[in-house]
Amino acid sequence: MTVVTPLADPSRRNRNRPNWEEPPTAAGQTGKGVVLAIVVAVVLIPLWMVVLTSLSTQTAVNKAGGMVLVPDGLTLAAYKQIFTNQLVMHSLLVSLGITIVGTVISMVVTILCAYGLSRHGSYGHRLILMVLVITMFFSGGLIPTFLVVSALGGYDSYWSMILPTAVSVFNILVVRAFFSATSQELIDAAAIDGAGHWRTLWSVVLPTSRAVTAVVALFYAVGYWNTFFNALLFLPDNQKWPLQMVIYTYTLQGNAMPGSGQNTTGQYFGTQEITPLAIQMAVVTLTLVPILLVYPFVQRHFTKGVLLGAIKG
Amino acid sequence: MTALHDAPPASLRAPEEKPVKKNRFRRDRSLLLMVVPAVVLLLVFNYAPMFGTATAFQRYSIYAGFWHSPWTGLETFRQLFADPLFWSALGNTLMLSLVQLVLFFPVPIALAMLLHSIMSNKIRTIVQSVVYLPHFFSWVLAVTIFQQMLGGAGALNQFLRQNGIGTWDVMTDPDTFALLVTSQVIWKEAGWGIIVFLAALAAIDTQLYEAAAADGAGRWRRMWHITLPGIRGVIVLMLVLRLGNVLTVGFEQMLIQRGAVGRDAAEVLDTYAYFYGVVNANFSLGAAATLFKGVLSLLFLLAANKIAHLLGEDGLYRR
Repeated sequence: MTVVTPLADPSRRNRNRPNWEEPPTAAGQTGKGVVLAIVVAVVLIPLWMVVLTSLSTQTAVNKAGGMVLVPDGLTLAAYKQIFTNQLVMHSLLVSLGITIVGTVISMVVTILCAYGLSRHGSYGHRLILMVLVITMFFSGGLIPTFLVVSALGGYDSYWSMILPTAVSVFNILVVRAFFSATSQELIDAAAIDGAGHWRTLWSVVLPTSRAVTAVVALFYAVGYWNTFFNALLFLPDNQKWPLQMVIYTYTLQGNAMPGSGQNTTGQYFGTQEITPLAIQMAVVTLTLVPILLVYPFVQRHFTKGVLLGAIKG
Repeated sequence: MTALHDAPPASLRAPEEKPVKKNRFRRDRSLLLMVVPAVVLLLVFNYAPMFGTATAFQRYSIYAGFWHSPWTGLETFRQLFADPLFWSALGNTLMLSLVQLVLFFPVPIALAMLLHSIMSNKIRTIVQSVVYLPHFFSWVLAVTIFQQMLGGAGALNQFLRQNGIGTWDVMTDPDTFALLVTSQVIWKEAGWGIIVFLAALAAIDTQLYEAAAADGAGRWRRMWHITLPGIRGVIVLMLVLRLGNVLTVGFEQMLIQRGAVGRDAAEVLDTYAYFYGVVNANFSLGAAATLFKGVLSLLFLLAANKIAHLLGEDGLYRR
C-alpha cells in the first residue's frame, strides 16, 4: 500500500502504527494508560498483599491492622509453621498427587481420542463426535452424577477426584482441531515409511503439536489443582482433603486449624511471633505458587489459534 | 463472521471413493481403539447420570437404589413447585444472571477493544498475561482474596476504620450481594473473556480501516462503522451462549458464600439442588430441580439462537 497522506511527523510514529492513522492525542494516550494501569493494579495488588502478609511479622500485621501493603518486617515463620503442620502438608501432597496423576490420565485419554477422530473420513468418526458433543449441551447434573459415582464406590476415595472430570470434550475438540491441521503430506510420508497410527501419532503428530498440548495440559492441571467441590462432595475425612478444602475450612470459614496452636476462638495461646492471618495467607500462597510457576511458560501459547479451534467443533 | 463455520466437516471434504464398510472398519480399528477410553469415561460419568435423571420421577432411597426405588410420576415436581424456597432460588438465579449480563458482558468487549488499540506489542503482552491470570485461580482462592480485601477484617475496612468512617462488611451484606458477585466474576473472568474478542478484532481486514480513513472517517466513526460491525458475529455468539446459561451462576462461587451472606440472597438453583438433594438426602427433589433447570436452559438457548437468526447472524448453528 502506498502512503495516503503523511498525517504526522514520521519520526515520532510507532513503527506498528499504519501511516494512514491519525497520530495519537495526548489525552487519549494518558486515558488508555490510566485505565490499563488500574486494570493491572486491581489484579496484582491483592495478590501482592496476600503474599506479603504471609511473610510479615506479627508487629507488621498489627501495625497495618490486617493485610499488609508496604513491606515492614519480614519473616518466614508462617511457612515454618505450615511446613510442620501435618494437615497442611498432607493436603499439599494430596493436591499434588491428584494434579499429577489426573493430568497424565486426562492427557493420554484426550490425545488418543483427538487423534482417533482427526483422520478425515475414518470409520464412525461422525457418530463418535456426536456422542462427545452431546455431553457439552446435556448433563445429568449434580444429583445423578453423585449417585453414579457413589454407586461405583467413589465415596471417600481419591479416584472420584479424577475420573469423573478426566475428559473435557472442549479440550478434545481443541486438540483435534490442531491434529486435523497437521500436514497430510507428513502423515502420508510416515505411512509410506510403514508407520501405523500409533507410530504416526507419537513421532509425527505430537512433536508438531507441542503448543496445543502444553495449553491443554495446563487447563487440566489447573482444574485438578483447583478441585474443591468434588472434594466437598466425596471426601468426608479431613485426612484426605486437598489444599482447596483446607483453605475453605480454615481460612474462609475461619475454623481453628488442628495443630496450628490456635484454639477454637481463633486466638493464639502462648507467645507467637506470627499471627493467624499470616499463617492463613501462607496456605493461600501455597496454592498460588504452582500456578504462578507454570503459567509464564504456557501463557505465550494462548494465541487465538489454540483456543478458537475449539469453537469450530 | 463467526469462526464457527470456516472449516467444512471432514466428511464433506473427503470425496474419494469409499471402501466397503467392513474394510473401513478393519482399516480404522486402531483409530477406534484410541477413542475407547474417552468414550467409556463419558458413558459412565456423563451418559449414565443423564439417564439417572429419571430419579426425579421416583421417590429415591439410598437403601433401595435406582432399580428398586418406587416410581411416583410427577409427585416430586409437585413438591418442588410447592416449595417457596425453590421459587426464591429461581428468582435469585435470574436476578444475578441479569445483573451479570448487564454489568459483566460488555467489560471484556471494551477491554479487548482498548487493548487492540494499543500499538506497543510489549505493553499489550504484559497486560494480557496479567489479566488472564485470575482465570486460573479457584473460586475458593478468589473469594478468599475478596474476603481479605473487602471483608469485615479486610483491607477496605482497615482503611475505613483508620480514617474513622465506620465499617461496611461487603462480604455479608445481602443488599449488595449481586454487585459483589458480579465484581468477583469481573475480577476473575473478564480478562480471560477478551481472548475471543481479540481474535475477532485481529480478523478485521485493515484495508477497511485504511479506506475509511482515506474517506475522512475519524477514529470514532471507524470504531462505530468498522470495528463493532466486524465483531458483531462473535458478540452475538457469546450472547447466545450466555443466554443458554442464564440459569447457571457460578455454583462454587455461590456455595462458598451462601453461609456468610445467607440463603435469601445467595441460594441459586444449583445450590438449592445441592443442599436439598445431597445434604438433606432428598435426592429426587434435587434431581427434579436440576432437570427443570436443564430443560429451561435448553429452551433459553434455542430461543436466543432463534433471535440471533432473526438478527441475521449465524448464532450457534446455521439455519
